[in-house]
Amino acid sequence: MFLLKQKSTLPGFHLSLGYTVFYLSLIVLIPLSMLFIKTSTISFSHFWSVVTAPRTLAAYRLSFGAAFIASVINVFFGFLIAWVLARYSFPCKKIVDALIDFPFALPTAVAGIALTTLYSSNGMIGQFLYKIGIQSAFSWTGVTLALIFIGLPFIVRTVEPVLQEIDPEIEDAASSLGAGRFQIFFRIIFPAVLPSLVTGFSLAFARTIGEYGSVVFIAGNMPGKTEIAPLLIITKLEQYDYSGATAIALVMLIVSFLLLALTNFAQWWASKRIGMS
Amino acid sequence: MSSLARTESPVVRRSLIGIALLYLVLFIFFPLFIVFASALQKGIAVYFNSLINPETLAAIKLTVLTALIAVPLNLVFGVAASWAIAKFDFRGKNFLLTLIDLPLSVSPVISGLIFVLIFGLQGVFGPWLRDHGIRIIYAPPAIILATIFVTFPMVARELIPVMKAQGNDEEEAAITLGASGWKTFWYVTLPNIKWGLLYGVILCNARAMGEFGAVSVVSGHIRGLTNTLPLQIEILYNEYNFTAAFAAASLLAFLALLTLIIKTLVEYRFRAELKAVRKEREH
Amino acid sequence: MSIEVKHIVKTFDAFKALDDVSLKVQTGELIALLGPSGSGKTTLLRIIAGLETADAGEILFQGNDAKDKKIKDRNVGFVFQHYALFRHMTVAENISFGLKVQPKHIRLSEDKIKAKVKELLHLVQLDWVGNRYPSQLSGGQRQRIALARALAIEPKVLLLDEPFGSLDAQVRKELRQWLRRFHDDLHITSLFVTHDQEEALEVADRVVVMNQGHIEQIGTPQEVYHKPASVFVLNFLGNVNLFRGRVIDGKLFLDHSGANLSQGGDLSNIKPANLYIRPHQLDISRHPQGDNAIKSIVKFLNLAGSSVKLDLSTEFGNELQVEITQQEYSQLKLIKGENVFVCPKDVTFCEYEI
Repeated sequence: MFLLKQKSTLPGFHLSLGYTVFYLSLIVLIPLSMLFIKTSTISFSHFWSVVTAPRTLAAYRLSFGAAFIASVINVFFGFLIAWVLARYSFPCKKIVDALIDFPFALPTAVAGIALTTLYSSNGMIGQFLYKIGIQSAFSWTGVTLALIFIGLPFIVRTVEPVLQEIDPEIEDAASSLGAGRFQIFFRIIFPAVLPSLVTGFSLAFARTIGEYGSVVFIAGNMPGKTEIAPLLIITKLEQYDYSGATAIALVMLIVSFLLLALTNFAQWWASKRIGMS
Repeated sequence: MSSLARTESPVVRRSLIGIALLYLVLFIFFPLFIVFASALQKGIAVYFNSLINPETLAAIKLTVLTALIAVPLNLVFGVAASWAIAKFDFRGKNFLLTLIDLPLSVSPVISGLIFVLIFGLQGVFGPWLRDHGIRIIYAPPAIILATIFVTFPMVARELIPVMKAQGNDEEEAAITLGASGWKTFWYVTLPNIKWGLLYGVILCNARAMGEFGAVSVVSGHIRGLTNTLPLQIEILYNEYNFTAAFAAASLLAFLALLTLIIKTLVEYRFRAELKAVRKEREH
Repeated sequence: MSIEVKHIVKTFDAFKALDDVSLKVQTGELIALLGPSGSGKTTLLRIIAGLETADAGEILFQGNDAKDKKIKDRNVGFVFQHYALFRHMTVAENISFGLKVQPKHIRLSEDKIKAKVKELLHLVQLDWVGNRYPSQLSGGQRQRIALARALAIEPKVLLLDEPFGSLDAQVRKELRQWLRRFHDDLHITSLFVTHDQEEALEVADRVVVMNQGHIEQIGTPQEVYHKPASVFVLNFLGNVNLFRGRVIDGKLFLDHSGANLSQGGDLSNIKPANLYIRPHQLDISRHPQGDNAIKSIVKFLNLAGSSVKLDLSTEFGNELQVEITQQEYSQLKLIKGENVFVCPKDVTFCEYEI
């Protein structure tokens, strides 16, 4: 499958590629394929009854729904932050820029307990939210808030470099041709960053639908109400219901792969359209 | 580099910066702050006391052991993969890249589940392992395996763009000067990618030490034996021992901050290096 | 060491970079591979070095097949277009690299390596830069260090890829002459790639003109300039004017000139032709001289330089470029808009129509 297109004078192609494929198969491909092998031993009716059970559907709704809402919110604010970072200068910009990656670097369990403490009814932010009637912990809102935290860097980091690479002369040219600031934004800048917004959205969405550690503390974990899909998998496993856990996991995995395909498509689209890679 | 066409009015600019910063303070700064604030809430003595709890220490030990095994393995893989991908042109490269990134789009819980399906009692090797008295699931081996899976692409992802940007010129020069493949890698390639490599390792390490979901599925939560630091944090938190939980969490948060600092440094170094390379080529 | 390349073919995906290229280089020669980008010159150089492998064909070093020889056994020094200096090593470390990576049993001692580096730095006239890093050097200095590094392994052949390509015009000229003198001293078989005709003509013993993967002409600078083998070579090596004309009984007549063809004798011997004439091969006078004079108007005069360059427009609307000496100019005292007569002294290249 992997054929060298041009002979190269640099040594080590077969060794390095061989090891790459071997290790990849051993650590990733074979273990992951277990999920499909295991699924094939489950009868379809059983599979269907597990993934369409009200409790499973509610868990999917929460995991996918909250991930979707959080990613949409992050697309707006992530774009805004990327814009501010790419275009303006302000004090402490370097520190702010570095902190964007904090949710990515912070272990999820730490994020989980920190966010729960923050948004619970007597927490630093939660006390105000509860006063105005927003139950910001142990609820859909709480899950969404945690996923906003997790997804933010994915969007900022995909959009920021694209914004930086827009040639300033293009904007000057548009302006010299009589375009106003809003026209420049919507006709020149926005189309250029659109593929990266799609990529960022699908990256954030893919990451957040399966998120466990940062969410499990702030979700209420009430079956059928505030129970996330990954937790349901763990619950099934603890009851030694391997096939149930596998069925639920397979649906999530397939959604992740579809999102991965969407990401690749968005990147391909971008490279076709503006010749970037 | 400011041009009239490219700047918004100061009012718009300031409000955009304001909104962005407010959002960041709410969603990033507050969680960071609360970790350290809660950890130190009852004073520094309580903080250190809760850290030297034997169970927490055992968890730290297991966490370090896991990282010590997972990170070098993924480092070797990362170097091999980026050498093959960045230095050579072959069919199926994009497909290979997608496969390498696969663990990133798999839910951590599923990452743990697949190892239960292989080594668990009802798994493929489960009965055989039980008969031979080998414990993998609910024991350190599964924790280490799950961690390797989750952190699998970390080094490769950082190294591939760095190696690509370096090009093949210097390696080719070394070869024409008579250097062998290993010497070329050791004396020419490695010094050029050391910053990217360092960042990849640090990032991989941070993820390895902080992994929660996958490890939670395979660990069995046996106190003092199969609890890593993140799992210990969960237990302490669920026991309402908030100060101890946050004290342990502060260690990992500190590691995350360290990772960010190194990342910023590396990017700074790397950007300067890239600029130098580009300038040379353009000139 | 002599190099012989026989029937080399090389394709990249669908692009034919080299199509049946053969070339023989004598020991001690300095050869320029000249051509536009995409002509295959760099690919040929890399194949000789062993950095690429040819799809078909042979390479002989001193008459021996080099196909299975590894790069390090070819004894070739290669200077890269962007120098490819090791950025993390000092200049001295760069130069000594090739000596230090030798297997232990044939490696020189530390002291000898040091002495050799010193000697090489002296050779490229940069004695004082040994402890600097490549980023602290100018482009021209880096180029010379790259050369010193390649020379350290005492190569039998020196290959240079666009050696002056990334330098400023002034440095380029200096380095060009320096390389010429350098080669005269060392007499090591050398090939360099360039797209600059002036560079090739000024430096090389022989020039290999390449186009679209094949060799158009091999010859001394004089030969390729004055006796081009093809229209491509002619065009690539300088400005040229195109005339349509006829050759009758070995005599030349330009179309549109005052020559009356019906008086020309046997009509079966008339051959229509494209005639290529370099600017300096055209004469200018105020009155028609000879059969082929063409009435033209002076459009533009460039007086800066050792010769005077004129842009003319003929009465038939063709543009001509003419070069005359300052002396001729001062005698003629031409001004813009004046009518003159142009007459060819010589024809560089004549292409018959079939």
